[in-house]
Amino acid sequence: MTTQPTHIQELGAEERIRSFSEVIQGYAEKEALLEAQRCLQCKNPTCIAGCPVGIDIKKFIFQITQKDYAGAYITIRQKNNFPSICGRVCPAEYQCRKACVLTKKGSPYASEQAILIHFLERFVGDYGITHALKIPAASQNRLHGQKVAVVGSGPAGLCCAGELARRGVKVVMFEGLHKTGGVLRYGIPAFRLPRDILDGEIDYLKNLGVEIKPNFIVGNMKSLHELQQEGYAAIFLGLGAGTPSFLKVKGENLCNVYSANEFLTRVNLMSAYKFPESHTPVNIGTHIVVIGGGNTAMDAARCALRLQEMNGIPCDTTVVYRRTEIEMPARRLEIAHAREEGVRFKFLVQPKGFQGDEKGFVKSMQCLQCELGEPDSSGRRRPVAIQGSGFELASDVAIIAIGLQANQLLTRVTPQITVDAYGDITVDPLTMETSMKGVFAGGDIVGGEGTVIEAMGMAKKASEAIIRFLSNR
Amino acid sequence: MKKNGSIQERAVLAEAQGVRISRMVIYSPDIATKARAGQFIVLMCSEDGERIPLTIVSHDALKGTITVIFQEAGLTTAFLGRLVTGDALYALVGPLGTPTEIERYGKVIVIGGGVGIAEAYPVAKAYKEAGNRLSVIIGARTKGLLILVDELKSVADELHVTTDDGSFGRKGFVTDVLKELIAKDTYHIVYTVGPIPMMRAVSSVTKAAGIKTLVSLNALMVDATGMCGSCRVTVDGKTKFSCIDGPEFDGHLVDWEELDKRNKIYVTQEAHVCNLKRIQGL
Ligand SMILES: Cc1cc2nc3c(=O)[nH]c(=O)nc-3n(C[C@H](O)[C@H](O)[C@H](O)COP(=O)(O)OP(=O)(O)OC[C@H]3O[C@@H](n4cnc5c(N)ncnc54)[C@H](O)[C@@H]3O)c2cc1C
Ligand SMILES: Cc1cc2nc3c(=O)[nH]c(=O)nc-3n(C[C@H](O)[C@H](O)[C@H](O)COP(=O)(O)OP(=O)(O)OC[C@H]3O[C@@H](n4cnc5c(N)ncnc54)[C@H](O)[C@@H]3O)c2cc1C
Ligand code: SF4
Ligand code: SF4
Ligand code: FES
Repeated sequence: MTTQPTHIQELGAEERIRSFSEVIQGYAEKEALLEAQRCLQCKNPTCIAGCPVGIDIKKFIFQITQKDYAGAYITIRQKNNFPSICGRVCPAEYQCRKACVLTKKGSPYASEQAILIHFLERFVGDYGITHALKIPAASQNRLHGQKVAVVGSGPAGLCCAGELARRGVKVVMFEGLHKTGGVLRYGIPAFRLPRDILDGEIDYLKNLGVEIKPNFIVGNMKSLHELQQEGYAAIFLGLGAGTPSFLKVKGENLCNVYSANEFLTRVNLMSAYKFPESHTPVNIGTHIVVIGGGNTAMDAARCALRLQEMNGIPCDTTVVYRRTEIEMPARRLEIAHAREEGVRFKFLVQPKGFQGDEKGFVKSMQCLQCELGEPDSSGRRRPVAIQGSGFELASDVAIIAIGLQANQLLTRVTPQITVDAYGDITVDPLTMETSMKGVFAGGDIVGGEGTVIEAMGMAKKASEAIIRFLSNR
Repeated sequence: MKKNGSIQERAVLAEAQGVRISRMVIYSPDIATKARAGQFIVLMCSEDGERIPLTIVSHDALKGTITVIFQEAGLTTAFLGRLVTGDALYALVGPLGTPTEIERYGKVIVIGGGVGIAEAYPVAKAYKEAGNRLSVIIGARTKGLLILVDELKSVADELHVTTDDGSFGRKGFVTDVLKELIAKDTYHIVYTVGPIPMMRAVSSVTKAAGIKTLVSLNALMVDATGMCGSCRVTVDGKTKFSCIDGPEFDGHLVDWEELDKRNKIYVTQEAHVCNLKRIQGL
């Protein structure tokens, strides 16, 4: 048994910034076996409690060691519908890997030594795709003929649709945008989640009989009540946290100050990186500043840097974060990758405003240096601006990635659905049912900004409650 | 079966001085059932295309169709102008935006400029149907670019037409007529849509006169579902998203300077595409 974590193949930094090709190449069988053999097969596998959906990690890793990849696939799929996606985007170092016994007690995220569970999961998921493995359908007769509407096609919607369709429920999935996937499509770039993987998982749903209706905004086109009248026995809302927050500082609406959502949507959903073959433009600056410390900030910065490289502009992209690297909520791997690619970081810096030129384009950002003070409600130490520490940072494109709030497209026209002060939908935590009977919700619209696997976990819980609801009708 | 998003009709409405305005009827029963005055759709011509917003000028729930009227401004609208009956859009979504609040205010002035005349029409009609006394002022560069004159004549109690070059109606700007009207009579609300300088000028006239004024803003949009903030405008010192909070706002509170600048964010790129377009013979 080796003790060192098994290295995973990656594209070299210089090569990868020239395209949107996937950075991590994945384990070959030999490497997966090596990594799986590192697992201690603990009597008390603490890792499982760290996974929001409780995948039997110990078991699937054991199955890998036995080369029973199909078995491992089934084990994972019992809890997680999209291992190829989660294996790529799951912040495992804050979840299962952090809970692995090989992580040192008290560390803020997984130790290097912790088993690379997500990479193994990805290996198994991709094996499932290339071998067209199917999860046995558990069609239940009494559910046949019942129709359920799933609103939103992000991870929550996809998961709920899959679970219900597998049981024989007729599912129609409504999506407001012209493409499905939610954040997986418009937010997370292809170099982290290749589009053929996402499309493959969505095709799988179609094969299960899920009908997809893009360009359909529930609320605007049809109310929930109308859907119920059309015979949808239950409705699941996976609306996401799609509303970008802004800093509320001077000059924030100057030209070329983007929300990360706008920048990423232009680049990923609308393929602005192929402009002019694709027709949606995006402006690429010579000094790009990204404000924030989460995955969104990392994705925006890495896309921005690639656009500079691909357009022959010397790479100059800086992430500005008001705390320090330890407090950054982004996946550790993303931070490391961004740095390798040449993204610069400025910590303990808080934006105070933007200055523009006579045509209204941003030219610089005023900043304040901070120091860390007392912990706030999130337990992280609060950044405190240092008086008189003001300085200016040249910036002709600024991308604000400081958070997302509930997407209120539907709830603002549906007073029957109770929301909290943040606009998040209030649900019964046991069933995920909303204040409207037969209407369930899950994902970021319930918990606020979370992770892909948390969204799927909630959707799964909701799907089980929906099955009970349909069975008792 | 007719396909959602298929083109039922397309015709050139006006063409002069290198500007072309077309009218297009699109099959979309769900949108046709729900559309209300002041709302718009977003469409895409192809998978690689842009998402562009266009006002729903009229809708026919029985036939399941909506009508849009557009001026060929750049690549996407030029593509649209090449579509023929039977073609289908790649994507069509709506109705979007908050509908105009239609009430019985009393005396109302609706002002449309350029292709904004088309955007003003559904609102004018709705005001009239709500029992308002309706004065309409429309303006265009030249006679050949005036649209919907007959339609507006039939809904308005009085219709005033101006052209920049005096080739039809009165020579001058819509604000010239507006100033005269409000000097002679009392009006309860003014609604305007068209080029930014025009809406801005109208708002400054009515602000001085203390008449409530609604403007329909044409901020640049991407998703038009409140997800990106591309369409943000400053109204009364606060940031609003045009696509979901608007597109209508109180004209006296809009930061026009900012809107004007933000609408020019991509002029360089668009010029580039327009060159490509010329090469492709569009
Ligand atoms: C840039 C970025 C990077 C991220 N990276 C990671 C990562 O690496 N790992 C991770 O675990 N998490 C990551 N996250 C978080 C993760 O993506 C979210 O937690 C997850 O996508 C939430 O899923 P959801 O299904 O609830 O919502 P979403 O993915 O937001 O999907 C909601 C969908 O619903 C649609 N919709 C909304 N209202 C309506 C309506 N009325 N009618 C029809 N459709 C509607 C929206 O258009 C959207 O497509 C990232 C988030 C962002 C923004
Ligand atoms: C809510 C809303 C409703 C609209 N309704 C209509 C309508 O009913 N009929 C109509 O003809 N147009 C309407 N517009 C404007 C229309 O969306 C733009 O003309 C269109 O997006 C231009 O796309 P393009 O690719 O052809 O041109 P581009 O190549 O994108 O642009 C060409 C030129 O048009 C300008 N332009 C681009 N977008 C806009 C915009 N949103 N507003 C003003 N100028 C713009 C550019 O600055 C550029 O100079 C509306 C806009 C909004 C926001
Ligand atoms: S889904 Fe995520 S948290 Fe769960 S086991 Fe897989 S990588 Fe770990
Ligand atoms: S805690 Fe770590 S070592 Fe133990 S079973 Fe889980 S993954 Fe293996
Ligand atoms: S167009 Fe994206 S938020 Fe309005």
